[in-house]
Amino acid sequence: MYFLNSFLFCGLICLIAELILDNTKLTPGHITSLFVVIGAALDSFGIYDYFISKVGGGALLPITSFGHSLIHGALLAAESHGFIGLLMGMFDLTATGITAAIIFTFVFTLIFKAKD
Amino acid sequence: MGDNMVNKRYEEIVAKNKPKEDKFKYALTAFFVGGLLGVLGETLIRVYIYFFNISRNDASTYMIITFIFFASLFTALGFFDKLVAKAKAGLLIPITGFAHSMTSAALDYKHEGPIYGIGSNVFKLAGSVIFYGVVSAWFFGLIRYLWEVLICS
Repeated sequence: MYFLNSFLFCGLICLIAELILDNTKLTPGHITSLFVVIGAALDSFGIYDYFISKVGGGALLPITSFGHSLIHGALLAAESHGFIGLLMGMFDLTATGITAAIIFTFVFTLIFKAKD
Repeated sequence: MGDNMVNKRYEEIVAKNKPKEDKFKYALTAFFVGGLLGVLGETLIRVYIYFFNISRNDASTYMIITFIFFASLFTALGFFDKLVAKAKAGLLIPITGFAHSMTSAALDYKHEGPIYGIGSNVFKLAGSVIFYGVVSAWFFGLIRYLWEVLICS
C-alpha cells in the first residue's frame, strides 16, 4: 500500500501545484513558499504526521514536508526546553537537507560551469 | 485600409502559430513525474533499510540526501533544466526543486566571484522557502505550544 499511496500523494501535490502554476500568475517561488506554509500548518495539529504514517516516502519528498520538519523539530525541543525550544529546535530535523544541499552545491559549483 | 488588412492578417497568423498551452497534458505530466518520484523515494527507503540495516527514520534521511545529490549533480551537468521545462511542478515541488534552485543560482552567479556571486546568491530562490517556512513554523509552533500549556494542562 505504501507504494501506491506514495505515488498518489506525491503526484497529487505536484498536480495541484501545476494547476496553480498554469491557471494563475503565481511563479514556482510563490508556490513552493505557499506549500511550505501549508505543510507547517498541517503539522501543527498532527495531520501531516498521519499522512507520513500512511504514505511513507511519498509524503517526505514534497516541499510540504520541509515545513512539517521545521515545526516538528521546534515542538520536540519545546517539550524538553520550554518556550525557548521553539527557537532552539527549528532546524533540528531539516539541518541534514539544508547542509547537504549547501555542500553539494559548493562542490559542484567549483567543478562545473553554467551551460548556456 | 491596406494597413488595417495587414494588421488583421498578422493577428490571425500570430493566433494560429501561438503555442497551445496544453494545460491538461502539463497537469498529467506533473502528476506522473511527481508520483514516480514518490514511488522511487519509498523504494529507496526500503533498499536502505534492507542493505544497511538502519531504522526507517535514518533511511528517510538517506533518501532525501540521495535526491538532493542527484538533483544538484544533474543541474550542474546542465540537463536538469530541460527536464524541469518538461515536467515543471513534478520536479519543482519535491525536494529536487529545492536543490535545483540552489545549484542553478550558484552556477548562474559564479562569474561574479565566490563571495558576492556564489555566496550571496545561493539562497536567492531557496531563501524564500526557508524564510517563510521558519516564520510560519514558529507562529504555528507558538500557537500549538500555548494551546498545550494553557488549555491541556
